[in-house]
Order: sequence, then C-alpha cells, then structure tokens
Amino acid sequence: MTQVKKTALFDQHRHAGAQMVVYAGWEMPLHYGSQIKEHHAVRSDVGIFDVSHMTLTRIAGKEARLYLRTILANDVGKLERSGTALYSCLLNEAGGVVDDLIVYRLEEDDFLVVSNAGTRERVRQWFTQAAVSHDVRIAPQDDHAIIAVQGPRSRPVLERIFPSVADDIAGLARFCFFRYQNSFIACTGYTGEDGFEIIVPKGEAVAFWKRLITAGAQPAGLGARDSLRLEAGYNLYGVDMDEETTPLESGLEWSIAWQPADRTFVGRAALESLKRTGVKKKRTGILLEGKGVFRNQQNVFLDDRQVGIITSGGFSPTLGRAIALARVEHSVTGQVHVEIRGRRHLAKVVNPPFILEQDQDTI
Amino acid sequence: MSDIPEDLRYSESHEWVQLQPDGTVRVGITDYAQNALGDLVYVELPEIGATYAADSECALVESVKSASDLVCPISGEVVEINEALADTPELINSSPYDDGWIFTLKPEDEGEIDNLLDADAYRAFIEEG
Repeated sequence: MTQVKKTALFDQHRHAGAQMVVYAGWEMPLHYGSQIKEHHAVRSDVGIFDVSHMTLTRIAGKEARLYLRTILANDVGKLERSGTALYSCLLNEAGGVVDDLIVYRLEEDDFLVVSNAGTRERVRQWFTQAAVSHDVRIAPQDDHAIIAVQGPRSRPVLERIFPSVADDIAGLARFCFFRYQNSFIACTGYTGEDGFEIIVPKGEAVAFWKRLITAGAQPAGLGARDSLRLEAGYNLYGVDMDEETTPLESGLEWSIAWQPADRTFVGRAALESLKRTGVKKKRTGILLEGKGVFRNQQNVFLDDRQVGIITSGGFSPTLGRAIALARVEHSVTGQVHVEIRGRRHLAKVVNPPFILEQDQDTI
Repeated sequence: MSDIPEDLRYSESHEWVQLQPDGTVRVGITDYAQNALGDLVYVELPEIGATYAADSECALVESVKSASDLVCPISGEVVEINEALADTPELINSSPYDDGWIFTLKPEDEGEIDNLLDADAYRAFIEEG
C-alpha cells in the first residue's frame, strides 16, 4: 500500500483541531469545526486553504512552448508575456479530459503547470511520454507548498504580509502572477472570489500560514473548497468531467483555442468531428425549488424521461438551497425533476455560477 | 471528546432518548453523531401521529457531507416534532441534547428503553470505533 502523504502544514492542521480526511492519497483537512463558517468567511472576509496536494511540474526547454501548444487544448501562444497564466484541459486523442490545469509562463521557454492531485502519476507519465519527440525537460516539483488566500479581504491581508510588494499585489490582475524571493504569487483561485494562490518552498510554509492566521485569515478545509467552487460553477476533475467526457459536454468549450485553425493539438480532430455530428449533452446548473440536498449521481427527469445526471450536488451555504452541476441532454431547459431518495423533486435548470461573481477581469 | 450526558440512553446508531416526566420519550442524535456528520443543512421530520417499530427508519438528517437515516430507538407514536429544525437544522450541531431534539414519542412499551445503552456503555461503544 502506498503511504498516505502529508503536506508541510499537516501539524498546523492537527493542532488547529481539523477533521482530517484522505483525499487523492493525501491526508488533508476537511474542516476545522464548521465547513459552513469557513465557507462564509471566504465569501465575506478571507480564508486560507492548504492546497499543497496539487501537482506541480516544470516544463522547460527550447521547444517547451511548441510542446505545450501541441498537448494542451488551450493555447499557451496567448501568453504573450511572462507573468501570465491560463486554464487548459489536457485531452486524449478521443477528446476526453485527462486533466484540467493552470499553466504559468515563467519565461518564454519555461513554464510551471499546476494540475490535480488525483491524476498526479497519470499526468506526469503523460507529459513524459509526449516529451519524447520534443527538446523539453519535464521536472516534477515536489519541494513546494501551495496556499490559497481567497476572499474580498485577501488583497489587504497579503499587502500587509508583503509590504515591499504591496503595490504589485494591489494591482495584480486575474491570471497574472509575479515572483517574490523564492515564491510565486498568482491571482488565481477556485472559489469565485478575488484571491491568490501562492507557491512557497516547503520550509517557508508554516511561517507564512501562521502570519496569515495572525492577520485574521480563517483556515478552511476541502469541504468549504468544494461548496465554494460549486457555487462558483467550477468543475471538479474526476466528478464533473473525466477521460470519457469531452470539454464540449462539460461547459468548457470556452477554454478550447480553436484559433489559429492550423494549430494541431491532441484531441482536436475528435472534438471537431463531435461538433460536426452535434454535441448531444451539455453541462448545466440545477437549483432545487424546495428543501433537501442534491448528491452526486442523482437522476434528472423531464416529464417522466431521464434526461441526465447530477455530476456534483450539494448545499449552497450562500443561497441556503441545494445546487448541482449536471450533465443533461442538450435541449433541456426550464423545469425538471430530480430523484432524491426515491422521490421526484421539482428543480430548475440555470446557468452557473449560482452566485454573483466579482468582475475579476477589470481590476 | 464527545459530550455524553449521564441521564440519557443511547442506541448503537447514535440516537439518544430521554424519558420525560409525562411518560413520553424525546429523541435526538448524539454529539458524536453531529460531529461526525458535520454541519447539518436539512432535516426531514416524521409526521405527528405516525407509528414506528424499534429500529425502523423514521427521519432523515442531511449534512454538507452526507445523508443519514435516523432510526427509531424504541417503538411508539410520534406526538411532537421540533419544527424549529425545518429552518434551523444547525441547532442539532450547536445543541444536540437540548434545542436540537428531533421528536417526541409515546412509547408502546417503556421497558424497551432498558434495551438501550447507558452513558458508560455508549462511551465504550464509540471508543471501540
């Protein structure tokens, strides 16, 4: 049996009384007493998450840019300057999603990729195999911690902790980042709030975590991370999409760079063929009209016909109602029913996000 | 460490029961159970007048994490339900033995209470895991 991995902040979580859970081979905090309190702290103030379980890989070399333009569905050619990042799916030849990730341009020929924890071995193997025909080095980076600082007060908190780069933090736009000493400070996140993800050397993680808490940040666990991302309408890999489903059926077409038309990337031909024959399913949001809670894998009905399935269901602390992401037949809109424990409940098809998001592109 | 009041009786499915002066029995879930479930967000209460046999499912509690059936610890008829839980299910987290009670039963046979665990036995049961 593989040993369960611990992050650099494991002792901090335990001392804070966190309920720990094994997630993707890592022992991680689920919550520190109340998931809902942590959720509200991120929406109204500032919360911090240990996301060091995520997979970091450095991709560098003369052909790094060409290599990433070949294997990613989004186009790193859009990253015109260093210090910018983008979201992309990594696809197989059939157009299925091997993983979703964020790629950061460090230099013209040097990139850092943050991918999911659950796909660590699969994705690194994928990168290595695809690298055979390119002049590129794939280097796992396992000596870092990643801390997400999320919420409307995340900027002032970080400005206070890093006074010498306060102006850089104040002005950092979404999907931009900068290097500070041995760390990377990126304006990215998975909560629908303004916020940052900060990559620090393992040895500096505990001190940084403690300073964030002293500054008033609320530690938040994987439970709140999940309810926050669900409200924001963000997919979770392995649940809302996987190698059997394409981005076109997962609400991720926006992340596919079809232009330039002559860029060949893995999965492109399959996606184009699917578009020609017609995409049969779509990703949507569902809001429960009455009381109750949605759970993954509950069936969605239109009249008496099953038209889809909930891929992630849960309870929205902000709305006080059950919400879900679902994969349904393309034409489904309006009222549907969801079967919860043998009974059909009235629900409404809506476009995620479920909450009003900050206008994060105009900072 | 879970709070386990000495004057209550407990089931292995983590309900507590309390015999009231009028002979009815109040039912809820234990501090251990609410802690394991996490924040509660929905409670499906039984209907007043419904009768349940011991060990049958009679209510549902759902947390942010999971749904869990409540098993009726003794046989009887539901005579009162905690309506406050419809809008504030979190009372079960904050006060599992008082404000977070779930329903009251008129027992069919008061003697069934003796089949349940006392505080020491319940403590030993949860420590065994």
